[in-house]
Amino acid sequence: MADQQEVLRQGAEARIYKTEFEGKPAIAKQRFSKKYRHPELDHKLTKGRLNQEARSLQRCRDNGIKVPRVYHTDKAAATLTIEFIAGPTLKEWVFANTDDQLLKDQMEALGRILNKMHMHNIIHGDLTTSNAIVDQQGELVLIDFGLSQVSPSAEDKAVDLYVLERAFISTHPNSELLFGSVLEAYEKNADEATSAVIKRLEDVRLRGRKRDMTG
Amino acid sequence: MSSPRTIIALGLEGSANKLGVGIVKHTYPSGITASELAPQYEELANIRDTYNPPAGHGFQPRDVAAHHRALILPLLDKALAQAKLQPQDIDCICFTKGPGMGAPLQSVALVARTLSQLWNKPLVGTNHCVGHIEMGRAITGAQNPVVLYVSGGNTQVIAYSQQTYRIFGETLDIAIGNCLDRFARVLKLPNDPSPGYNIEQYAKKGSKYIPLPYTVKGMDVSFSGILSFIEQLAKTQKDKYSAEDLCYSLQETMFAMLVEITERAMAHINSSEVLVVGGVGCNVRLQEMMGEMAKERGGNVFATDMRYCIDNGIMIAQAGALAFARGETTKMQDTWITQRFRTDQVHVAWRD
Repeated sequence: MADQQEVLRQGAEARIYKTEFEGKPAIAKQRFSKKYRHPELDHKLTKGRLNQEARSLQRCRDNGIKVPRVYHTDKAAATLTIEFIAGPTLKEWVFANTDDQLLKDQMEALGRILNKMHMHNIIHGDLTTSNAIVDQQGELVLIDFGLSQVSPSAEDKAVDLYVLERAFISTHPNSELLFGSVLEAYEKNADEATSAVIKRLEDVRLRGRKRDMTG
Repeated sequence: MSSPRTIIALGLEGSANKLGVGIVKHTYPSGITASELAPQYEELANIRDTYNPPAGHGFQPRDVAAHHRALILPLLDKALAQAKLQPQDIDCICFTKGPGMGAPLQSVALVARTLSQLWNKPLVGTNHCVGHIEMGRAITGAQNPVVLYVSGGNTQVIAYSQQTYRIFGETLDIAIGNCLDRFARVLKLPNDPSPGYNIEQYAKKGSKYIPLPYTVKGMDVSFSGILSFIEQLAKTQKDKYSAEDLCYSLQETMFAMLVEITERAMAHINSSEVLVVGGVGCNVRLQEMMGEMAKERGGNVFATDMRYCIDNGIMIAQAGALAFARGETTKMQDTWITQRFRTDQVHVAWRD
C-alpha cells in the first residue's frame, strides 16, 4: 500500500503521503517513533498527538472552521488520513503575493479564524504560516493540529498567538505589519474573553524579554 | 594580495558565577578581506575560576561580584604569563556587555575599562550568547549549524540568517539550567563542580522512567510546570521515587523537548548540522540524544567539552576579535553593561 503512495514531504515527526480515500484525493500522515527518546515517552507522544490531531480537526469542523476532513485514523500504523487541500502554504502565498490590500485582507482573515478557533477553546499549539493553506477559493485552511489541545485558558490562547508572532518574525521580513493586521482582526469586536487574551499576550511577551538574564 | 594580519584579543567574562580570562590569536593569511571571513584560530590562554555557594543554595549577585573582584587580577597575570605576552602585545580588550547578572558584569567591565586606559588599548563589548556560538563554531568547525544554546539563564534554538543569529525557539519561562539547578537544591546535591553535573551523575544510576509533564509549543518549550511537578514528587513521595530515578526522568523528558524543537528548526531551515553550546551542553546524555536525532536526519551533532561550553574568557575574546577585525570597537561612554541583551540584537558583520 505504502509503495503506491507518493511521499510529499518528510517532516520532523511524520511522513506525508499523497494517497486516495474512496476515490477522493487524500493525505496520509504517518507519525514515526523517535529513537532518541525513552520508548514510553515516545509511545505516549506519538499516540497522543495522533488522537489529538483527529479530535481537534473534527472540533474545528463542527464549529465552522475550515480544516481538512478526517477520513480515517489508523492507531496501529499511527496514520491519519485526511482530505487533500490543493494550494500553496500561507508562507509561500505571502512571498508570492504583490498586492498589499490582498495581503492585508488575508492577514485579517487569519485573525478572524484564530479568534473563532479560540472562542471554541481550541489551541493549535504550532501556529506558523506554513501550517495554513490557501485553497482554490483563496480561503485559509488550518492544518497540523498535532500539538493542539482544548483549553479555555487565556494564557494558553495568548501563548498560541505568541508562537505565531515569533514564527512571523523569524520567517517574514515585514512581520510587524503582517502580525499587526492579524491581531487587529483577532480583537475586532472583542468580547471579554478576547480582551483577556490580548492583555495576557502582553505579559507573555514581557516574560520573553525579561527572561534573557544570565549566561 | 595584501599582507597577513594577526589580531590578539583578551577576553574577560563574568556574567554569572564563572570568572574567565582568555587570550586568542587570529591570523588572516591574506589580510582581512570580505572573502576571508574566518581566520586561523590559536588559543593562547583560557583560565577560569568558579564561585560555588554551599549545597542547597543558589549564588547571590553580591557574593559573585566579590569573588570576581578578588580573583580577576591574579587570573589576568596567569593568563598573560601562560600566553607569554606583555600588555602591549594585546590588540583589543573584549568584555561581556551582557546578558547576565548586573553586579558581576559591572565588576568585570570596570576592570576592562581600567586596563584599556592603562594600556591604551581599544575595548570591544561582546554579547555573551554570541560568544558561545562563535566559540562552538571555531572549536568544532561546524559551518552553518542550528545552534541549541542551553545554560543556567538561556534556552534558545538559533539559526543564522542575514548577519543575525535569529532565535527560532526558546523557553517560555525558566531556562533549562535554572530548572536543573533548582531541582538539585531540592535534592540538596552539592554545587561543586556544578549542580547540573551532579544531576547527570545521579541520572546515570537511574533506570525507572517516571512520566512528567511534557510541554512543547511550536518551537518553544516550557519548564516551570515540570519543575513544580517533580519538586512535589521529591518532597511528598520520597519512598516511592529514588533521587536517581527522578534525575533520570527529568533529564529524559526535558532533553526530549529540546531535541524535538531543535529538529523542528532544522527541518524548517533545511539544515542537518546542530551545534550544542552553553553549560548544559556538556551533558553527555543530551549530546547523545541530539546525535541520535541528527543521525536519523543524515547529519551531525557538534559539541564542545567543559573548557568551552561552560562560560569562559576565550569565547568573549573570540567573538570580540571577529567584530574588531571588521572595525568594531566600543567607545568608553558606551561600555555600560546590560542584564538584557538578546542574541538577535547583534549585527554579525563577520559572516556573509
